[in-house]
Amino acid sequence: MGSSTRREFLVTSAKGLALASIPFIFKIDPARAITAKPGADTLAAYLDHFQVTEATIKEVMSAALAKGGDYCDLFFEHSMSNWLGLEDNAVNRASSNISFGVGIRVIEGDQTGYSYTEEVTPKAMKLAAQTAANIASGGGSSTPVEFKLRELPNYYPIKKSWEEFGVDQKMPFLTTINDRMLSRDNRIIKTKIWLNDRTAYSMMANSEGQLTCDFKPMTTVFTNCVAEQDGVRERNGASFAGRQTGEYLSNDLLTGLADKAVDRTIRLFDAVKPEAGEMPVVLAAGASGILLHEAIGHGMEADCNRKGESIFSDKIGKPVAEKFVSIVDDGTLPNERGSINVDDEGNDAKLNYLVEDGILTTYMHDRISARFYGVQPTGNGRRQSFRHNPLPRMTSTYMLNGPHSKDEIIASVKKGLYAETFTNGEVRIGPGDFTFYVSAGYLIEDGKLTKPVKDINIIGNGPDVLTKMVMVSNDMAIDSGNWTCGKGGQSVPVSLGLPTVKVSAITVGGVAG
Amino acid sequence: MNSKDRLALAEWTVNEAKRNGASEASVDIAKNRNIEIEYRDGNLDQLNEATSNGLSLTVYAEGKYSSNSTNDLRKETLGRFVKESVAMTRYLAEDPFRGLPDPKFYQDRSTAKLQLYDSAYESLASDKRIAVAKEIEALTHQKSSEVLTCTAYFSDTLSQTVKVNSNGFQGETRETSFGSGVSLTVKDGDRGRPSDWAWASAKFLEDLHSPAEYADTAFKRTMQKIGQKKLASGVYDMIVDNRSASRLLGGLYGPMQGSTLQQKQSFLEGKIGQKIASEKLTMIDDPFVVRGLSSGHFDGEGMSTKRRVMIEKGVLKNYYIDTYYGKKLDMTPTTGGSSNLTFEKGDKSLEELIAGVTKGILVTSFVGGNNNSTTGDFSYGIIGMLIENGKLTQPVNEMNVSGNSGELWGKLVEMGNDPYVYSGWRRPSMLFEGVHFAGI
Repeated sequence: MGSSTRREFLVTSAKGLALASIPFIFKIDPARAITAKPGADTLAAYLDHFQVTEATIKEVMSAALAKGGDYCDLFFEHSMSNWLGLEDNAVNRASSNISFGVGIRVIEGDQTGYSYTEEVTPKAMKLAAQTAANIASGGGSSTPVEFKLRELPNYYPIKKSWEEFGVDQKMPFLTTINDRMLSRDNRIIKTKIWLNDRTAYSMMANSEGQLTCDFKPMTTVFTNCVAEQDGVRERNGASFAGRQTGEYLSNDLLTGLADKAVDRTIRLFDAVKPEAGEMPVVLAAGASGILLHEAIGHGMEADCNRKGESIFSDKIGKPVAEKFVSIVDDGTLPNERGSINVDDEGNDAKLNYLVEDGILTTYMHDRISARFYGVQPTGNGRRQSFRHNPLPRMTSTYMLNGPHSKDEIIASVKKGLYAETFTNGEVRIGPGDFTFYVSAGYLIEDGKLTKPVKDINIIGNGPDVLTKMVMVSNDMAIDSGNWTCGKGGQSVPVSLGLPTVKVSAITVGGVAG
Repeated sequence: MNSKDRLALAEWTVNEAKRNGASEASVDIAKNRNIEIEYRDGNLDQLNEATSNGLSLTVYAEGKYSSNSTNDLRKETLGRFVKESVAMTRYLAEDPFRGLPDPKFYQDRSTAKLQLYDSAYESLASDKRIAVAKEIEALTHQKSSEVLTCTAYFSDTLSQTVKVNSNGFQGETRETSFGSGVSLTVKDGDRGRPSDWAWASAKFLEDLHSPAEYADTAFKRTMQKIGQKKLASGVYDMIVDNRSASRLLGGLYGPMQGSTLQQKQSFLEGKIGQKIASEKLTMIDDPFVVRGLSSGHFDGEGMSTKRRVMIEKGVLKNYYIDTYYGKKLDMTPTTGGSSNLTFEKGDKSLEELIAGVTKGILVTSFVGGNNNSTTGDFSYGIIGMLIENGKLTQPVNEMNVSGNSGELWGKLVEMGNDPYVYSGWRRPSMLFEGVHFAGI
């Protein structure tokens, strides 16, 4: 190992010009290449990648539990993130970030001590462990454990890691979108496109002997355009995200995204504002899942329930919606942005029913909450990075199909709103107030979609809206947009989805009638 | 690594970039130590403490631009990081507008003493932090047996940075920041569990609130939500409390950004010198506020900071223009982002503003919503209180306020006398006439 106390994780090959375009490739010894399906040799590769040994991990755990504490875990992470941007018709900006370190958590009861270090040396790790140990009181001694690497499913198989794509190979993704946007409508005056690719290696080891490793790719494409007509300007966009890499960014996907962005923008020239007030709202399949994320998702995260903060704190087992309403959080969808092969505490990703046939069923748990409630972990303990402690978080949240059809749902509305594209949402889990912002949709008049609408905030109450989901269609779709959920100062990528749903009454932030 | 070493490393990195073919380069190195404590329902709930390092390198090579960051600051790996950053940049398209600031903007850097480092940080031990959080939580919890749960917070950061630009800029900072507060939840019958909070941020430990002040404020605000309901849609006068008013200011701030203007997504394009608000709005960007949360002698690019009037009696005077968008827009750069924002105050307290309203809504919080910088349209969820004949009569929630920033600010009739000093944006409470709210 020489004088280097940890592995260089920034290695380039001297093999030629093409590879110089690759930002910071990291290549593991091919004899120990990390394959799509983890196995026994994978553990050696990961230990090598983070330049730690099992013995060191055990020493650090002893330090972590030296002041008492029931449990500790170490979360190693190496991530590489790249952004490539097109503005004013040129791919003329790029940004990259490399991040490497280990987070150490100590739990006593439901109390958490957390520290991290970016130097993955025994000395630095023990210091961080001692810091995290301060949460506990009294002495303690821990029994050394034997680690067992758990074999995991792979919900996001890929062929070629982003690490192997050079900047020159990424630039055409953006120019393809740009060319299509400009040619689709000559009223487009500005376009802005970003490609973000992220690759993360992580390894979690805990004092119960569990050890999991994961390799997480992520692709995000974000497009935005401005159109001008008769001195009036409108802007909109479209995004795509998934645990995929460049091979997935086909011509069809890229031009489809360009078309969506342009069409949504052009439509706004004819858009009106709806009248303000309560009205029926039909949520288009897919991105309308944002309503579930806000109306019930956050309120069903177990931490705010065990603390008594959530409006759902006393509602488990109670009917909260019609019998044909089932809402799940599911970490196992193939290649979706919200998917995880394992959560960041070493628990299996699962499909969990938040609402099953109208009955409030399961909270989403982290380790602390699962223990508090005396239930099995649900695979929802997620963290933004090694710098953050896990919290109960969503993965992909969606509603299952129901008995109605999209056509009959729209036909049933005399005067209301069809909500199609969204930018953001927020919730106050105590009162249950939640909102989501409709960037584009349509008025519904006498059972038909009529004029486009834009820029409306919709506000409702979670438990109330659940009871008002009176029709659910059979066209469930997961939205492939760039959804990022923020909570407790941490962001995690998520997915959401919904079939076409009718909410009988909700407050729409329109204008005076 | 001490600050001398950091500076030497930044200089070395800049030189490495040039050695590898960059024509210009800029390096920032930051070291942060951060501690966070949560104390909930009589117990220490969370204790986080760590130190992080980061280096970011901006490269200008052959007319091309990139920005790269790493948290591995060892020289042996940095050498490779720099080499690859420069090599990778060569593949991008040229951008003739990219470059470091004109060195003339580094001149006349202020030497005003801003008091951004509190030496009390050096002797602050974790027992003390925990004790403060414990006391805040206890005092809040004691307020009523109706309190379901209550969490107090204490956090602080020591931040040390150095910046070197290859065309002659060097700057360093060493700053402390502290924050504490509490949030609590009460039960409101079957209606839900209203919650609210109190918080203060400051550069100096002594400027935080006393534990009793947090308890009083958070409890009062939370109890003000009992029985909240939505009202009929209609036109109301709107008072926005100082804590919440930043959301509305965002509807002006975003459209004032160079990137938004240049990308034709700003409804404020071409409006310098025009009235965009009532005369009650005077907004000043002031980097020299003593102990100000966003104070500094140089901005993110290294340009020397200046006090600038951004809006004067409703007239738009300046945009936020950095070096790059200055070149694209053919405008002299000002600065890329806000420092502290200060406002010309009115002479009424929040209570006095309320007393002067016959039919209105006091907004105490915005919930979600968004605004469209291109058109100025906005729509936000709100929580607050109904005002009738000068009194707060009914807690309100589940309503939206909608409008257009181009019109809203013309309806600003009073600024309060109560700037919110726990943020860089030191905004007072504000009274607007005739605003549309959506409810029933």
